[in-house]
Amino acid sequence: MIRDALLVAGKDLRLELRSRVALNQIVPFALLVLVLFAFALDPDRGVLDAATPGLYWVAVLFSGLLALQRSFSVEAADGNRDQLRLSGLDPAGIYLGKALAVAAQLLVLEVLLGVGVAVLYTTDVAGWPLLLATVVVATAGIAAAGTLYGVVSAGLRVRETLLPLLLLPVLAPILIGSTRAFEAALGGTPSDGWPWVGLMSVFAVLYVVAGVLGFGPLLEEA
Amino acid sequence: MTTQIARGNEGGPRVAGEAAPTSTGSRGTRILGLLTLVALALLALFALVLSPEDSNQGDAVRIMYIHVPSATLAYTGCGLATLGSIMYLWRKSQWWDLVAYASAEIAALFTAVTLLTGMLWGRPTWGVFWVWDARLTSTAMLLLLLLGYLAVHRLPAEYSVRAKRASIVGLLLVPNVIIVRQSVQWWRTLHQKPTLFSNGLGSKIEGLMLFSLFLGFIAIGLLFAWLLVHRFRLAWLEEQIEAEGIDVAIAERRAEAGGIAPGEAAP
Repeated sequence: MIRDALLVAGKDLRLELRSRVALNQIVPFALLVLVLFAFALDPDRGVLDAATPGLYWVAVLFSGLLALQRSFSVEAADGNRDQLRLSGLDPAGIYLGKALAVAAQLLVLEVLLGVGVAVLYTTDVAGWPLLLATVVVATAGIAAAGTLYGVVSAGLRVRETLLPLLLLPVLAPILIGSTRAFEAALGGTPSDGWPWVGLMSVFAVLYVVAGVLGFGPLLEEA
Repeated sequence: MTTQIARGNEGGPRVAGEAAPTSTGSRGTRILGLLTLVALALLALFALVLSPEDSNQGDAVRIMYIHVPSATLAYTGCGLATLGSIMYLWRKSQWWDLVAYASAEIAALFTAVTLLTGMLWGRPTWGVFWVWDARLTSTAMLLLLLLGYLAVHRLPAEYSVRAKRASIVGLLLVPNVIIVRQSVQWWRTLHQKPTLFSNGLGSKIEGLMLFSLFLGFIAIGLLFAWLLVHRFRLAWLEEQIEAEGIDVAIAERRAEAGGIAPGEAAP
């Protein structure tokens, strides 16, 4: 299972390295969202400062959605779905591999967005251990849930509109948790943030288990 | 009651000429509907006329007799949807999938009623339609999660595809509701104590008000059951028509080709 997961993740990341869709389109989009927030909330009034953690994670969610759509649109072409089934790879391995590749891309995106926020919104970065833990568990949660709901909406004519409707309410705990944890870290009270990291870990584990169990039936249909 | 109907339909193969049910009503549901109407009339009488005003909330308290039962049944419907989804994945029976679908749709309706009546109650009591209270927010999220499930079940795709995908989403409905509720509760209570419900409702309901609330549970519960049975039968008939439509079309094409007689065409 692990070997299959690494194979699939390697394939997706190689695809990204060669096509550079995430780098050339999704990263600029994420930075654009940061600029749009600055337009909407006047930077001089201090609103932007107070809302930085929330804006950062909303930007991550929206650009993460694009990364997820991309991850499943590469499987839609040329009957790739059937070929994945014929490949003899363990469905749980395929799920973990897709989720790993999405998580790796999200991590890069989050680092770049973090630099963008720190520079553009002049944030004083503090509380590194909590920030890093939050990023890791939130990314795991987004990738795990996103990959599962991604395959639910994959291969349908309505997939672009269906995925956000399914995924964003489900990711509400991640948005709340990561935002509160970031606020706690930046505000110098890290002890308030660790319970949220715990909640997000439960979320990530729940979705990894659901994905490992549910991916097989979903892939075999039709 | 629903089991009976399903067995009736499931039992025999679809044979051309057999009288298909043309309505979703039966004697059982007519009695149930009549009981529902009586209970609703009684509820209106007790809730609007006989029960006293609340000392703090005045007449606004009367909304509670619909609001609280609706909320309870919304969560019940959500639980039924998850149960149906699990059973569908396990047994692969269309019956369970349609139970899940019908429950989710009615749960969405009751969630909307809960939100609406809650807002109407909030306006005179709190002065605003909406506050970012833990319960309100998690109920709104419940509605969105249910709408997501319904969207998957209504996908323009083959029945087996959308049923399987919907039941995966339905399976995760209850865990999602629990984890969303938990996070929303933490989110709000880290800032403020939940004061809204601790002094008004619940603490001092007695006598006629308690009886009216009890009646509300019965009346709205009967309404829920009646709607569920009918929605289920409607969904069942819809799927039959869809399946039958294909059979009929295949039979017609074969008859055109001059091969097999329409009656013998296998599905």
